[in-house]
Amino acid sequence: MTDTIEAPRSPARPARKRGTNWEKWGWIYMRASGVVLIVLIFGHLFMNLLVGDGVSAIDFGFVAGKWADPFWQWWDVLMLWLALIHGTNGMRTIVNDYTNPGAVQKVLKGALFAAAAVLIVLGTLVVFTFDPCPPVAADAADLLPSFCSA
Amino acid sequence: MSTATLEQPPAAEAAIQSFTVTFLIRRFDPDVDTEPRWQDFDVEMYATDRVLDALHKIKWEQDGSLTFRRSCAHGICGSDAMRINGRNRLACKTLIKDLDISKPIYVEAIKGLPLEKDLIVDMEPFFASFREVQPFLVSNSTPEPGKERVQSVAERARFDDTTKCILCAACTSSCPVFWTDGQYFGPAAIVNAHRFIFDSRDDNAQTRLDILNDAEGVWRCRTTFNCTDACPRGIEVTKAIAEVKQAVMRGKP
Repeated sequence: MTDTIEAPRSPARPARKRGTNWEKWGWIYMRASGVVLIVLIFGHLFMNLLVGDGVSAIDFGFVAGKWADPFWQWWDVLMLWLALIHGTNGMRTIVNDYTNPGAVQKVLKGALFAAAAVLIVLGTLVVFTFDPCPPVAADAADLLPSFCSA
Repeated sequence: MSTATLEQPPAAEAAIQSFTVTFLIRRFDPDVDTEPRWQDFDVEMYATDRVLDALHKIKWEQDGSLTFRRSCAHGICGSDAMRINGRNRLACKTLIKDLDISKPIYVEAIKGLPLEKDLIVDMEPFFASFREVQPFLVSNSTPEPGKERVQSVAERARFDDTTKCILCAACTSSCPVFWTDGQYFGPAAIVNAHRFIFDSRDDNAQTRLDILNDAEGVWRCRTTFNCTDACPRGIEVTKAIAEVKQAVMRGKP
């Protein structure tokens, strides 16, 4: 009796579609952004909590002062983008692990994507358009922080 | 001087101490049970006995319905991987002296594969992903007539670690990513792909790298090292997976 086995070299699952391999780039992104985030986050903590008066120095004026400097604007924006995408991608893998493909998984991933997109857009907008002393009517000038009148 | 001789015959050998060890075994009989249940057995064991000996004693002397796989019983065939005290081990390589017998010893089937009966699982999904990575030599060249393909010592050493795999499924069934939906190729399949990807005589590395460069391929590995801890052959499984990841990124072994 002869038994023929199926051609062992024919692929068992359909070959990956052509185009960008998001799974691979996602993995590489996690590694690369992780390294950069270590520098950014610890630099952020050092500057905010240890230098000068330390944590007690943080107030509205401290943040306004930092964001007056393009260096810190870019530092914070970079941190925002890298950290949010890093975290969202991590959450995506958890969703992949704990749900089966289907409606629930789609909704969860959609919610993740939406939350990250809103936070990134909003955060970027705030960092670059933040004005601690907006032009206001004369009778509302007392609402502005004290350093605006200087 | 005369030849050294035994001065006196050894006194009657002191009786080797034996211990009563309690085993809690996760039983499941698909004809009777709807859910697996834990059943305890007391077995008289020596420190040098193995968990497999305990299973034999139970099956032969206490309950003949206990069902488990074993073939060689010496750590080569890879039939008797099971979860012993929550860790995937070969029953034939786990000695009683290495376990804490002041407490019951938990023995259950490996996880992540369909439970069939007692300690036996359906290994087919495991072997299916093993077959998918084409675990056989594919060569476009022919060796000199009457000769073998030449390979240097260094080239052989490159993949030596992953040749040790016995396909017991201890690694794959210890992987939390494999437990989730069973779609992940699993450590064992990647180890066996590694064995050929880095073989200088093989010409099909690119195909295997493409297969593993998949959403269910190497990128699902979270480097939890459960597989390395579980491997009864001491293969550095997580390292092998990392090397395959590097090869995928390079695009060549």
